[in-house]
Amino acid sequence: MKKIEVVQNILGANESIAARNQQLLDKHKVFAINIMSAPGAGKTSLILQTIANLKNRLNIAVIEGDVASTLDAEKVENEAMAVVQINTKNMPESCSLIAAMIDQALKDLPLNDLDLLLIENVGNLICPSEFVLGEHKRIVVSSLPEGDDKPIKYPVIFADADAVIINKIDFLPYVDFDIASFKKNLGGLNPKVRIFQVSCKTSAGIENWCSWLLTEVETNSHKLKIEN
Amino acid sequence: MHEFGITENIISIALDKASEAQASKIIQINLVVGELSGFVPDCIEFYFDFLSKDTIAEKATLHFESVPVQLRCRSCSAVFQPKDSEWNCPECHSLSVEIMGGRELYIESMEVE
Repeated sequence: MKKIEVVQNILGANESIAARNQQLLDKHKVFAINIMSAPGAGKTSLILQTIANLKNRLNIAVIEGDVASTLDAEKVENEAMAVVQINTKNMPESCSLIAAMIDQALKDLPLNDLDLLLIENVGNLICPSEFVLGEHKRIVVSSLPEGDDKPIKYPVIFADADAVIINKIDFLPYVDFDIASFKKNLGGLNPKVRIFQVSCKTSAGIENWCSWLLTEVETNSHKLKIEN
Repeated sequence: MHEFGITENIISIALDKASEAQASKIIQINLVVGELSGFVPDCIEFYFDFLSKDTIAEKATLHFESVPVQLRCRSCSAVFQPKDSEWNCPECHSLSVEIMGGRELYIESMEVE
């Protein structure tokens, strides 16, 4: 019997497909964001609000990830330029999108015509934190009814986020959600994160979020023009 | 569950490395799994049993080394292991911490014949 040193990352295969996805997106100057949250936090509502706010400025497509059903894809299909639904129920990874699923979905999207790709991950705060997809920014949505302790309970997904959206801000009078404590715990884990307080119901704060997103899309596109 | 794909990756890496070493049988695979990684060793073992059938990894033992969460305080640089969900620095009580360890997921080594 002999011992072989291996020291190889088990997620390496996913990470290489994700890097390839990002190269393909960059080639077509498409900016992609991965939107993650617990079920019901408002990912689909945020996507609808984002499209409504930015569709005059950007061509937007959506990839919808769900364990089952096409409900979310149906909600966005009239608004977005293109929608691809991924159902993870019969796939090896049912609790998160993985890079190989995005690789497939990109083949069905008119990449040449797009500026922005919104990827709605499966509702889950654990599994999606392990799988990069090729996105340029990672966005976590956390809503008031879930409670203000989510960054403490699910630190990894919050530590890696580029932006965190506190949704359902209109619930503030009805729930015990301490925004200062949420921000303090989140900022401790992730000092660089951008935080947006929004209500997808009333549209409060959506303007701020969309103006940040638009700047990110334009900065990235400008950077790619210089590089190429 | 996301352990199915992970287990496929483990077997694929193990078979490649065994083939490079011209081994005829994999006896044990030593895995390092951080406490924050979100992967459940029991699930990996469950999938390993049937995914490794008819390969040289069949009946190999999976050995899991768990890595505890290790944090570094951004204020005073103290490195510590948190107690449960209290992630504030035991030295200066700052909440500003960086995750240094606990997210590992890799194959460290294998024993082969």
